[in-house]
Amino acid sequence: MSTMQTTRVLPAAPRPHKNPRDRKSVVLTIAMWACALYFLLPFVWLILASTKNDSDLFTTFGLWFGKTIALFTNLGTVFTYENGSFGGWLLNSAFYAIASALGAVILSTLAGYAFAKYRFKGSRGIFSVVLGSIMIPSTALALPTYLLFANINITNTPWAVILPSVVNPFALYLIRVYAIEAVDDNLIEAARIDGAGEFRIFWQISCRLLGPAIVTVFLLALVGAWNNYFLPLIMLNQSSLYPITVGLAQWAASSNAGGGARVLFSTVITGSFVSIIPLVLSFLYLQRYWQSGLSAGSVKG
Amino acid sequence: MTALSLGRSNTPTPSQSAQRRKLRATAYAFITPFLIAFVAMLLVPIGYALYLSLFKTQIIGGSTFVGLANYLQAFTDPQLYAGLFRIMLYLVIQVPLMLVLAVFFAFAIDSGRVRGGKFVRLAIFVPYAIPGVIATLMWGYFYGNNFGLIAQLFRALGLVPPNLLSSQNILGSMMNISTWAFVGYNMIIIYAALRSIPHELYDAAEVDGAGQWRIAWSVKLPAIRPALILCLIFSVIGSFQIFTEPSLLQPLAPTTIDNAFTPTFYAYNLAFVNEEPSYAAAIAFTLGFAIMIVSYVVQLTAQARARNS
Repeated sequence: MSTMQTTRVLPAAPRPHKNPRDRKSVVLTIAMWACALYFLLPFVWLILASTKNDSDLFTTFGLWFGKTIALFTNLGTVFTYENGSFGGWLLNSAFYAIASALGAVILSTLAGYAFAKYRFKGSRGIFSVVLGSIMIPSTALALPTYLLFANINITNTPWAVILPSVVNPFALYLIRVYAIEAVDDNLIEAARIDGAGEFRIFWQISCRLLGPAIVTVFLLALVGAWNNYFLPLIMLNQSSLYPITVGLAQWAASSNAGGGARVLFSTVITGSFVSIIPLVLSFLYLQRYWQSGLSAGSVKG
Repeated sequence: MTALSLGRSNTPTPSQSAQRRKLRATAYAFITPFLIAFVAMLLVPIGYALYLSLFKTQIIGGSTFVGLANYLQAFTDPQLYAGLFRIMLYLVIQVPLMLVLAVFFAFAIDSGRVRGGKFVRLAIFVPYAIPGVIATLMWGYFYGNNFGLIAQLFRALGLVPPNLLSSQNILGSMMNISTWAFVGYNMIIIYAALRSIPHELYDAAEVDGAGQWRIAWSVKLPAIRPALILCLIFSVIGSFQIFTEPSLLQPLAPTTIDNAFTPTFYAYNLAFVNEEPSYAAAIAFTLGFAIMIVSYVVQLTAQARARNS
C-alpha cells in the first residue's frame, strides 16, 4: 500500500461542508430509509424473538410479539444454563478483546510512531515487510499458529488467543500515516532543545496528538478480537475458556442437533441478543472516532 | 520495555553524531516490541507450517518426509478447486456489489439530500459490530424454509417461498450475510474520504459549470480512489477467509454444504476432523500465497488504471 497515491494533504479534522443549495430529495430519502430498514430488521427480529418461548418462535410471526412474553424466563435460562457458563463467556470475551486491543495499540503505536518520525537503517525494508503482511489472512495464519502452539503446549490457554491478536500490521500502518500528519517535526525538535528525552516526547506530546488514531486502532482491534471465532475455536477446547462467539456457536449446534439434552432455540437467541448489547452501545457512543481515524488511513497512503 | 528509557537522559549531547546515534537507538527500541511479536506470531508459524507441510502424518508410524507431495495433492484436489471456485464467485459477484452499494450509500449520505442521513449512516454501519457467528445464526433462522422469517413474509403475500438453503441458492444466501455485515464498514471508509475533500474543489467545479453528477464523477470518485482500493483489498482478503458461514449453516443444510465448501473450512476440517495436519498446513500455505498474489494483482491493476486515467 506504500505505493498508493497520495491525493492531498489531510486536515487534522475533516470539517463539515454544508452546501446551502442542498435540498432534501424525497426519492433518495425513501430509498435510503428502505435500505436502513434492511439493515435494522434483523435487530428488530432479534429483540422480539428474545421475548418468545420456543413454541412461539416457530408458530408466531417473526416481526411481532408471541402469545406470551418470556423474556425474563429466557434471560434466567441464559445466565443459569450449565452452571452459568454464559456469564463466564462474556467475561472471557471482554478479557481477550481488551488484552488483545491494548497489546495491539501499545506495539503498533510505538512502532508506527518510530517509522513515521525517525530515520534509521532498515526502516524502509522492515516497513514494507510489515505492510505486505497485511495481505496475509488471519484464518490462513491461524492454523499454522495452532500447530506451533500445540507443539509448545500453550493451546487451551488465554495466551493462545491473545498473543496472535496483538500483532496488527494494519494498526501500525494507520498510526504511521496519522503520525506523519498530526505530529509536527518542529514541535519534537523544540522539545528536544528544551532537553526532553525521546520517550518523554513520545508519551507527553506525540501520544496526545495521536489520540484519535489510537482510539480508532483500539476500537478496530477490540471489535476484531471480540468478533473473532476461528482463532478461539481452534485454540480452545475447554468450555470455561470460551469467548462468547465459540460458546454461542456450540449452543446453536446443540439446539440444531435436537434430542433430550439440547439447548433451547430461545436460549441461543436470547444469548445472542444479550451478547451484542455491549458492542452495539459502544459503537453508537464512539462512532465519531471511526470516521476521524479511518479517514487518515484511507485518504493517504 | 526497559530499553525505552534509553532516551530519557537529560544531559545535552556533545556532538551531532552522538545525538543521531541516540535517535537511532530510540527508534530501534520503539520498533523492537512489535518486531519481536511480528516474528514470533507471523514468521515463525509460517516457517513451521512450511516445514510441517513437507511431512505426512500417519496414525501408525508417525510422520515421514514426503517433500512436495502435499502440494502436488493440493494442486490436483478437486475439493480444493471447488472451494476456490466458490471464492472466485464471491470475488466477482459479492465484492463488486458490496463496494458499489457502499459507494452509493456514502455518496447519498454525503450529498446531504437524505433526511435523517446521520441515522441512516449508523443503521447501515451497526451490523459491523455484530460477530459473524451471531449474524450467521440470525440469517440462518431467516432462511429456514418452514418457520424462517423470509418464508413467513412470502406466505403472508400468498407466494411460494424460495428454498434459500438449496444448493443453487446457498452461496447467494451467504453473500447476503457478508454484504449485510460489511457494507457499512466500507461505506464509513469511503464516507470519511469524501468528507475530507476540500470544499474549494466543489466550488471550482461549480464555477466551471459542472453539475452534481459531473462533480460526483470527476471530482469525488477520483478523490476516493485510495479509500476504494483499501476497501477492495480488505474485501478480497475477507472473501478468502470465509469460514463462519459454512461452519454454522452446515447443520441447517447438511447436504448442500460439504466439508470443503470454502478453502478455510476445508483446511479446518482436514486438521481437526480428518486429522491430517500436514495436508491442512499445505492448504493453508497455498491459500495464503494465492491471496497475496490476488491482492497484489488487484493493487497493481488499480494503480495502472489510476496512472492511465
